[in-house]
Amino acid sequence: MSIFTAHSVAEPSSLSKTIGGIVVATYAVIAILPLVWILLTGFKTPTDSISYPPKIISEPSVEGYVNLFTTRSRQTPEFLASLPPPQTWYERLVRSRNMVIAGPSKVVPRFINSIVIGFGSTFLAVCLGTIAAYAFSRFRVPLADDLLFFILSTRMMPPIAVAIPIYLMFRNLGLTDTKLGMILLYTAVNVSLAVWLLKGFMDEIPREYEEAAMVDGYTRLQAFFKVVLPQATTGIAATAIFCLIFAWNEYAFAVLLTSGDAQTMPPFIPFIIGEGGQDWPAVAAATTLFFLPILLFTILLRRHLLRGITFGAVRK
Amino acid sequence: MSTLAERAVARTPRRLAFRLGGLSDRAIAWLFITPSVLLLLAINIFPLLWTIQLSFTNYRANRPNAALRYVGLDNYRDILSDPDVWHAMQATAHFVLWSIVLEMLLGFGLALLINRRFRGHSFWTTVILLPMMLSPAVVGNFWTFLLQPQIGLFNSAVALFTGADPSSFQMIGDVALAPWSIIMVDTWMWTPYVMLICLAGLRSIPDYIYEAAEVDRASPWRQFWSITLPMVMPFLMLAILFRAIENFKMFDMVNLLTSGGPGSTTEVASITLKREAFEKWRTGYSSALAIILFVTVFGAANIYVRALDRVKQR
Amino acid sequence: MIRTMRALGAAAVVVASCVSASAPAAAKQLTLCWAAWDPANALVELGKDFTAKTGIEMKYEFVPWTSYADRFLNELNSKGKLCDLIIGDSQWIGGAAENGHYVKLNDFFKKEGITMDDFMPATVVGYSEWPKNTPNYWALPAMGDAIGWTYRKDWFARPEIQAEFKKKYGRDLAPPETYDQLKEIAEFFQGREIDGKKVYGAYIYTERGSEGITMGVTNVLYDWGFEYDNPKKPYEMEGFVNSAEAVKGLEFYKSLYKCCTAPGLSNAYMSEGLDAFKSGQVAMQMNFFAFFPGLYKDPNVGGDKIGFFVNPKQKYQFTQLGGQGISVVSYSENKDDALAYIKWFAQPDIQKKWWSLGGYSCHKAVLNDPSFPKSAPFASDFLKSMDIVKDFWAEPAYAELLLDMQKRVHDYVVADKGTAKEALDLLVKDWQKVFKEEGKI
Repeated sequence: MSIFTAHSVAEPSSLSKTIGGIVVATYAVIAILPLVWILLTGFKTPTDSISYPPKIISEPSVEGYVNLFTTRSRQTPEFLASLPPPQTWYERLVRSRNMVIAGPSKVVPRFINSIVIGFGSTFLAVCLGTIAAYAFSRFRVPLADDLLFFILSTRMMPPIAVAIPIYLMFRNLGLTDTKLGMILLYTAVNVSLAVWLLKGFMDEIPREYEEAAMVDGYTRLQAFFKVVLPQATTGIAATAIFCLIFAWNEYAFAVLLTSGDAQTMPPFIPFIIGEGGQDWPAVAAATTLFFLPILLFTILLRRHLLRGITFGAVRK
Repeated sequence: MSTLAERAVARTPRRLAFRLGGLSDRAIAWLFITPSVLLLLAINIFPLLWTIQLSFTNYRANRPNAALRYVGLDNYRDILSDPDVWHAMQATAHFVLWSIVLEMLLGFGLALLINRRFRGHSFWTTVILLPMMLSPAVVGNFWTFLLQPQIGLFNSAVALFTGADPSSFQMIGDVALAPWSIIMVDTWMWTPYVMLICLAGLRSIPDYIYEAAEVDRASPWRQFWSITLPMVMPFLMLAILFRAIENFKMFDMVNLLTSGGPGSTTEVASITLKREAFEKWRTGYSSALAIILFVTVFGAANIYVRALDRVKQR
Repeated sequence: MIRTMRALGAAAVVVASCVSASAPAAAKQLTLCWAAWDPANALVELGKDFTAKTGIEMKYEFVPWTSYADRFLNELNSKGKLCDLIIGDSQWIGGAAENGHYVKLNDFFKKEGITMDDFMPATVVGYSEWPKNTPNYWALPAMGDAIGWTYRKDWFARPEIQAEFKKKYGRDLAPPETYDQLKEIAEFFQGREIDGKKVYGAYIYTERGSEGITMGVTNVLYDWGFEYDNPKKPYEMEGFVNSAEAVKGLEFYKSLYKCCTAPGLSNAYMSEGLDAFKSGQVAMQMNFFAFFPGLYKDPNVGGDKIGFFVNPKQKYQFTQLGGQGISVVSYSENKDDALAYIKWFAQPDIQKKWWSLGGYSCHKAVLNDPSFPKSAPFASDFLKSMDIVKDFWAEPAYAELLLDMQKRVHDYVVADKGTAKEALDLLVKDWQKVFKEEGKI
């Protein structure tokens, strides 16, 4: 048994282990219940979703997803009768509710914005972060500790506070509500995370490899690109995904600095309105779709999750 | 060295290799660090300085053409003597304190249980992790749905277990329960965070310490107090630091869950800031508030990190 | 090598998307900005006629009500070029006029022969004029609106319910004419079992974030004699905002909220009201007339099941003004085309079509037409309401005044803080502070 597998106390009896397991499983089920409910709500009709008392079993329907992707208007039956017959299955579904599809909703452009801004800022942050982390890791940078703390402390300002001058700055530069502006902003916020995480990963790559390469005649830069980077790929991938998750889920800056062209999903989802109040099946559908990539990443990233959420301070 | 590296080296254009290759280590260090630092200066420090400047004025962002007037410390004085601001700080402190207490208890407890590695623990851990990965804004939004007395899951579930009428209480609209609703949702989201960190702490305790304690016939309870708790403490304190900073800044989830209501019961500092800055457009005033908040967090974090360092060294 | 290619590819995607986002628009196109609700869909339908007549494509930017003010005031304050035409809320007029966001329309009206006499006076004052009651026009009245009430006519018509009501209150169950009657009816329905489900009496506004509870409260306060300031001395608020009657009115609103509304609606505005009414939770609903066409068409509660009534009176009878005017944004690059749209929209036959599609025209040709009251079950109530409207401050500082009232009123009504008198006294102090900063007192 390796010294790094520990028990919390003396080896517990298998009964107490099972009871502990049941407790954990119960908590997990309770914790996941809201998410399951949202998933289910995505497949209810709008009437069923707001039924009281809440219905657990209901007639499944993809109306939520159809409503998410379209804008509709309600018309009188006479008007509907005068229209040409519906061509597609979703038209038919909408017509059965006495409504007409007026056009596509904005969800696809918003999703694309999330993707573009997310990947764009991640790419830039990881590039900048990798090289900065390498420098901190390998060279004796003057004031390194202070610089690193400065980089960390940029995360201590409430986003709303930073948003005020950034709003003014962007307004003067014409960057409000542009994808470029948001990418720059998220890059700056993600760089701090990237530097800290990547420094940890870099620290774990033995210096011997690049020193051997330099002895063999490569310059420092060549050694960096040819020797260190390939070994840091896992770390870079993990960092990239953490940066992406931050940019993906960010709301405060997005809601204050974008309103149309560059709006991402988080400010969009809570305002998906149906005919009256929130169209809960559509909101649930959007939440589900928006969460799927993150779900995938969580499962892929399980090993590095701990490191990512603590800025590299804690490694398993 | 891998053949990939050798091939890559062979393909590096000679001109580029020659030009860059000549740089000294020192030059490379600065070349590598400067872009990040510059970006952070531009997007973090420059705005911070601008905020400080604005906090001494009466600037309003929706009247950019009005004459700018310096008002000295008036904004700061107004804020520190405004009972509503103090109330917001109180609401924030209540939120931070209780969410951390609950997350600590639950997170540490779960970590202890998971650390025993019962069958399937890996699967259940992943399941517990999921709430943490959602967007806080989206979470705040769908929890309003779940906490609706008539149509929401929460009240019906509570009614199932306690026999009360689901529409007899409301979490979000009730003055006494609303602060607990934001604490509950935050705990739901971030307990896995504390749990993961405690797990790492628990796993870092080597076996031989426990074996030595057993040889000394220490009881499990004694082992917990003298070995487990002290060795996990640095990890726990780190978790508390990060959670405290995040919850002090919290805006998304609370704004979408309660809008700071009912009244101003759950109006945490960030929401007050947003209203002053982006709804009333009192830019000068809100800049002063932002500086006060930042100094508070920064100062507290500094003190805390020093304490953390001391705990780590023990 | 592969890494470099991937990196270049990613960079290319980023750059391409940034560039395409700022590519100039093609051909003749106008963007009209409004809130996302039923009338907006009707306007899209109506706009097809404009495109047919002029060949100018219409693009629309509709935003949900809860972020409508945030989004578009932000846009205007940033001198954004997104909107050529904007149907801005009535309270934005002061700020938009004084900060140069809207184009002043007086000369255009004169040139094109459009006269404000063709529109209902209340709508002209409410949606176009700044300063109020002066002939300076910044918008064309586009959407007339006010707060009214809907009720479940089918429930009121049930014999058992009628009998029980008559026994309890000694009069027939009918749409209330005073607020006291409304409260009685609400109490009567509160907690009653109808068709196997518990229902509640009334739905009133309580939203904290934007303007909800203020709209609801002023709607009631006006009837009790609340005034914004001394009619003889502007900005003198002491004794008018917090008069003894106003205090009683605010206490009434709170008592109505506590006794006779559905649980869980402590932060509810227009859309939650529609939900509550359509799902059969409430007997009466306070909401804007704009939603009534849609409610009338609703399969669950529309048609014969729904009835409408004007805001009841108490000592006086007023109702809160809603509605918007359509303006040309001064930062637009298509001002001439935008003015052409306004000219087209102002024509009487277009206004008649607007009403038929579900938009509330403000044109006298539509509203004074003898067939108007019969054209829809809520039409005569709408006409009556537009005669008794009162609006919130439309000052440039209206947002601050609104947010102050939101806070004080929500604190008292929903969060049980202090007394009604304290709430209104503090509100006077808040408003005095704002006006002092503005230099108006």
